[in-house]
Amino acid sequence: MATYVPSRPGDQVGGGGDVPRPPNGGGDDGRYPDSNLPNYGARLRRARLGLICAIATVSMVFVSLTSAYIVRRGLPTFDESSRTYFRDWGSVQLPWLLLTINTALLLISSLTIEKARRNITRSAALAPVRSIPGISLDEERSFPWLGVTILLGFGFLIGQWMAWGELKGRGFFVNTNPNSSFIYLLTAAHAVHLAGGVVAMLWAGATSLLHRPVEGRRIAVDVTAWYWHFMAVLWLYIFALLAFVH
Amino acid sequence: MATSVTAHAHAGPQGFIRKYIFSLDHKVIGIQYFFLALTAVWVGMFLSLLMRIHLLWPGVTLPLVGDIKPETYLSLLTMHGTIMVFFVLTTAPQGGFGNYFLPIQIGAPDMAFPVLNMLSFWTTFVAFVVIIAAFFVSGGAPLHGWTGYPPLSALQSAGPGEGLGADLWITSIAIFCLASLMGALNFLTTTLDMRAKGMTMMRMPLTVWSWFITAILGLLAFGVLLSAGILLLMDRNMGTSFYVPLVVVNGQIMGHKGGSPLLWQHLFWFFGHPEVYIAILPGMGVASQILSTFSRKPIFGYKAMVYAMLAIGFFGFMVWGHHMFMSGMSPYSAFAFSLLTMCIGVPSAIKTFNWLGTMYKARIRFQTPMLYAIGFVSLFVSGGLSGPFLAQPVLDIQLHDTYFVVGHFHLIMGVAAIFGMFAATYYWVPKMFGRMMNETWGRIHFFITLAGTYAIFMPMHYLGIAGGTRRYSQYTEVAYLQKLMPLHQFMTYAAIITIAAQFIFVINLFWSIFRGPKASDNPWESTTLEWTTATPPPHDNFGGVTPVVHNGPYEYAVPGAARDFVMQTDPAAGTTH
Ligand code: HEM
Ligand SMILES: [Cu+2]
Repeated sequence: MATYVPSRPGDQVGGGGDVPRPPNGGGDDGRYPDSNLPNYGARLRRARLGLICAIATVSMVFVSLTSAYIVRRGLPTFDESSRTYFRDWGSVQLPWLLLTINTALLLISSLTIEKARRNITRSAALAPVRSIPGISLDEERSFPWLGVTILLGFGFLIGQWMAWGELKGRGFFVNTNPNSSFIYLLTAAHAVHLAGGVVAMLWAGATSLLHRPVEGRRIAVDVTAWYWHFMAVLWLYIFALLAFVH
Repeated sequence: MATSVTAHAHAGPQGFIRKYIFSLDHKVIGIQYFFLALTAVWVGMFLSLLMRIHLLWPGVTLPLVGDIKPETYLSLLTMHGTIMVFFVLTTAPQGGFGNYFLPIQIGAPDMAFPVLNMLSFWTTFVAFVVIIAAFFVSGGAPLHGWTGYPPLSALQSAGPGEGLGADLWITSIAIFCLASLMGALNFLTTTLDMRAKGMTMMRMPLTVWSWFITAILGLLAFGVLLSAGILLLMDRNMGTSFYVPLVVVNGQIMGHKGGSPLLWQHLFWFFGHPEVYIAILPGMGVASQILSTFSRKPIFGYKAMVYAMLAIGFFGFMVWGHHMFMSGMSPYSAFAFSLLTMCIGVPSAIKTFNWLGTMYKARIRFQTPMLYAIGFVSLFVSGGLSGPFLAQPVLDIQLHDTYFVVGHFHLIMGVAAIFGMFAATYYWVPKMFGRMMNETWGRIHFFITLAGTYAIFMPMHYLGIAGGTRRYSQYTEVAYLQKLMPLHQFMTYAAIITIAAQFIFVINLFWSIFRGPKASDNPWESTTLEWTTATPPPHDNFGGVTPVVHNGPYEYAVPGAARDFVMQTDPAAGTTH
């Protein structure tokens, strides 16, 4: 043992020194240690972190689809009759008007869910005050922004469904040409992710009917709202891809 | 000085189903993952045994299995690779041990999202059931190898097993991707947000670092495999042509045209190379932890170890092209991929030297976990050294798709990662089940397995250099390969012995879980947080106490300390505050 000079805390060999670290609410399970009450601040932070990870993953899915889109678009294919190569990407007449309306719906829904998010953030902040006996803030019946967003979300999905119908009407099916394959693929992949957001909103709405504490519901609405904004941005991206890189 | 803050203690759920089946407790979920992987590894091993037997005696009819036709051989190979890579190498180190010990090692009561954690396990389980189902549908299991290259994998009529069996294979992998993504999200959030007071990033055990970096790789890689799989399903079932060019099968022109099989290869290997690090990184973490503990010395170069793992993860995303040198890629890209691949050798070498440095002049305790950790280093070096050869496009022209590659990745990914799991099992079973495993049988198991795996996989390198192609079901009809048959014989006998030796392991495992001598709270005199709590840990891990951390993870042989190790929760070591 004699030849070996052991580490001291702070040396890098032993791994990390005794750096003071402010308590960050970590190491808990979302409750205050002394009172066993739920710590909503910690839970919100945790949920948002999870959301960032989810967004990273969904982005990777669409990044890989985009790269496939661009690669496939540039590929030549062999024509058996003329024995030559040509580009088979093909063109597709998209129902632009309908898609623009859908885009508008989605952007408006992004605004409405932001309204819902801000409202519930305020009520969550006021919840402790409201629970003080004798204090009564006016019970504002706020406009059901979340409900409106759900409707708009369904509207967007139905609109996309109609866009598919129009595509089929014009003779563009999923296997008509690579371009149409990607159009169906990208819109469907986006719609599936967006439907997930609608389910999350329905769930948040259901918990409000169950009279769950507003602080907990606020977390669901907050995270869903950020996810929803991401869905809107993602759609704008897909829309631009289809419009400019076709 | 207060070392801990008292908190509430949770009672665990009662009732069998909530407690053991749909449990939200990360420890139970970790054990579930562990046993799922243990089941999968036996299935995978059985398939490999059948393959090895078929290579020597292509004509024999086996009991239970019947005739092994060439296409049967290919489905054995496909299912062996897929089950091993996904349901063993990705499942046990991360889902199993990571789930169990990451929260405890950072001082958290559970994962950040326990319900999601339970969902990831059960989704993995469904994926496993779906892939096993591929054996039993008409046509049987697919033929296209674990890498699933189209057009073979993309055409229903390309062969038996490429019908429903292949659809199940892809579906299983897609489900597995979802499960891994949920898991990765949970690991990342937990590590970033749930560390106990005083547990800075740079005080995390290297195991935690390895699970954390693995989760980052998983989060970025599995989404790509998922989209690649969806494109493949569409090509197979919806008549699209993403991957399939104009092809003729049995004299019939297929409906596809213009797709590119290389598109799949790019997407697959963009996932595939990070995946090999997903398999090995947790092993690196465990090896570091165990080498330091049993050498009774701090890990040599903790920070270098962390940065090396980060560098490996980072470069891991930029080298996928080294699997495609023979695909007709431009020599300029091949050069770039080759260079970047060689770069990964640098952090890998740093890690190796640090492991050796940790053991240098130490009073090593040669107990079973340590033997396996040393075995890990040995296999990592032997398997890793062939990498830079393969990374030369010029050499790869000869070596690609030969047994040389099979030898390379089995040593490094197959067996090294498995040695990491063995090390982890012998090291942590006392904590998980409260009983020690048998030392003598552990050592016997180690020596047979070490010699056996070298005997199986080393000759593969010679075979490959001599031109022995991989994925052929029979070598007896080809003149120049015929001469290599003695090597094949040797490998098959070695495989039979090595597989037989694994019974020692399972018997030791189950016997110890039920009958082994009771383990104390800290039988190895380790320093990290899991050894500060009861054995096995209570439902909330620390029994109503929130640990507070004052030390780095590997404070062994600290001068002036009462013992030769200082726990992470002990008052700050060697200082006077
Ligand atoms: C210095 C480090 C390494 C280098 C330079 C390297 C290089 C390579 C190259 C060039 C190939 C392609 C060979 C071919 O198909 O012709 C390859 C294959 C492979 N490597 Fe490595 N490698 C390294 C480390 C690793 C590690 C750490 C793992 C796993 C933990 C790994 C797992 C694999 C696997 C699974 C394959 C074959 C996949 C298949 O074709 O089925 N490698 N390696
Ligand atoms: Cu690779």
